[in-house]
Amino acid sequence: MSVAARRGGRFVRRLAHRLTGQPETSAAIWETIGLARHQDRPYPLDYIGRLWPEFEELHGDRLYGDDPAIVAGIGRGVGGPVAVIGHQKGRDTAERTYRNFGMPGPEGYRKGMRVMALAEKLDLPLITLIDTPGAFPGSGAEERGQGGAIARSMQTTLRLRVPVIAVVIGEGSSGGALALGVADRVMMLENSTYSVISPEGGAAILWRDAGKARDAAAAFQPTAANCYRWGIADAVVPEPPGGAHRDHDEAARLLGGYITRALRDLRAQPPAERRRLRRERYRRIGAYREVAAGDPAAIAAGRLDATTNGSPGTP
Amino acid sequence: MTKRQITVSVDKLRRRRPAESAPPRRLPADERSCPRCQSHWRAEEMRRNLRVCATCGHHFAVSARERVGQLAEGGPWVELWPELRASDPLQFVDLQPYPDRVEKAERGGSDEALICAELEIRGHRCVAAVMDFSFLGGSMGAVVGEKIARAAERCVDKGLPLVVITASGGARMQEGVLALMQMAKTVVAFEALHDAELPTIVLLAHPTTGGVWASFASLGDVTYAEPGALIAFSGPRVIEQTTRETLPDDFGRAETQLAKGQIDAVVDRRDLTTRIARVLAILDRPTGLDPPPAVTWAQHRAEKAAEVAKHLPDLSRRLVAKAKPRRPEDADEEDVE
Repeated sequence: MSVAARRGGRFVRRLAHRLTGQPETSAAIWETIGLARHQDRPYPLDYIGRLWPEFEELHGDRLYGDDPAIVAGIGRGVGGPVAVIGHQKGRDTAERTYRNFGMPGPEGYRKGMRVMALAEKLDLPLITLIDTPGAFPGSGAEERGQGGAIARSMQTTLRLRVPVIAVVIGEGSSGGALALGVADRVMMLENSTYSVISPEGGAAILWRDAGKARDAAAAFQPTAANCYRWGIADAVVPEPPGGAHRDHDEAARLLGGYITRALRDLRAQPPAERRRLRRERYRRIGAYREVAAGDPAAIAAGRLDATTNGSPGTP
Repeated sequence: MTKRQITVSVDKLRRRRPAESAPPRRLPADERSCPRCQSHWRAEEMRRNLRVCATCGHHFAVSARERVGQLAEGGPWVELWPELRASDPLQFVDLQPYPDRVEKAERGGSDEALICAELEIRGHRCVAAVMDFSFLGGSMGAVVGEKIARAAERCVDKGLPLVVITASGGARMQEGVLALMQMAKTVVAFEALHDAELPTIVLLAHPTTGGVWASFASLGDVTYAEPGALIAFSGPRVIEQTTRETLPDDFGRAETQLAKGQIDAVVDRRDLTTRIARVLAILDRPTGLDPPPAVTWAQHRAEKAAEVAKHLPDLSRRLVAKAKPRRPEDADEEDVE
């Protein structure tokens, strides 16, 4: 609530209610997923055009090719000169095919890393805009090192000395989203989602039936409000009434305000400290239990005594 | 070891006897008969062969604790942080509640998908983090992330190398987006090792896929894989469903990944300790936190020089004073030059 209340503005009261009220019903979660994937929802290039009117898009990873599923470049506007990287989906069939439905291959992430290095060199804050169903599953992508590209993309952002802001603007699914999601501040748009896997993918694996996507969505609870509660998102950015697709200008204006504010906070930190805190932020995430070393239940199950003293060879 | 074994089906006959109820330590039949060459092994033979088929070299799955035992080669080892257990932050229910799944998996003998240990590999002290595919598909949840982070921090504290063996289907979906974030957490852990200039050796066992391959498993300084291990971000089934590609049988296998430049070597399990020990021997330092010998030597010289320099002004003055009455030969030499 504090974040929403601090912002002030027209839509904040509704958002505050959403963040502090009862957990959403499965119907509400499914509706949010629909909004996050709405075909008229603004994509990175829509935000870039409004927030950074002077923008030079950069192409190619200098290793293999150019991936249209990732747009990257440098721009001037909100926050001064910045570097921007985002997942770009397509609006019509032709563009969707061209953009590969916003599913990047390793070339896309390597292009991103190239622009991250540029941001570091020229001391530009990095803004990432996340909107992907996941990294592209294909044999070519695998051969060219999809896994390594995602890992190294995270590694590169962790090494940056410039401020990094990640914004989930639509659907953020799996490692394909997180590759661009490691940042000092993570924001989520009100109707965006962030999840370990797309609901369809989760349903296919856990329910063994891709048709159970609604059940999977209800179980993953991937909404912005929940991610804010879990500490995955630092702020939830309000959208115009009905969703960002109703009014791109207003959606961009609201997001721009949040980015300006976050950049002001981040610029006040010394670069080395900022990087240390960025790492600290991810070091802390995760909930687990600790069983006491002398827990009778665990010992009765024969699990602890055999191992804590070090057993030579096989147990 | 390389001798061809004769397959005797005594085990099979013995198992059919109704009187013999399954002894507790016994592995199920499918874990002892080779799926590739149908050779059949006694439990003791399997254990001694490091769960590799002595006839055809097929690599069977190994539990995490047995793996640590293999790395230690019978030496002592201490398990680290065995008290960490999964929690259920999302109150997740799919076909069954998550806590039930965990409990069932715990009854299988391991208590998480990753165990950490401190041990010596052929005399080289190190921290090992070993994954167990039998525990919920080796999936990475908060405990795996935390243990990797702690293992890296322990390495930094003690100046030890980190040895990681992965076997995982990826992030643990039952922990939702929190499991996804463990990918970033493990990368942070490896960054700590990077900053401390400590080596990481990663062995990719079958299978290493999804979020584990897309995070710390890809970041080893030296990356090995076991023969035939599947290494991929997206598994073959997902790819075939999404793109309608038909994939070759060797898709994503260790040998393919080697040819595509994604790993350093395919290493037979029976050679693994030797290979790891060789890397550790190459990189060995007197103790992890000590600077390398060249640095120690240079520092020693520098300290000595500083000590000399302290006395230098009056020493040189004295020398100059002594040198004043110059001998004529010296003067001649100078003139020549």
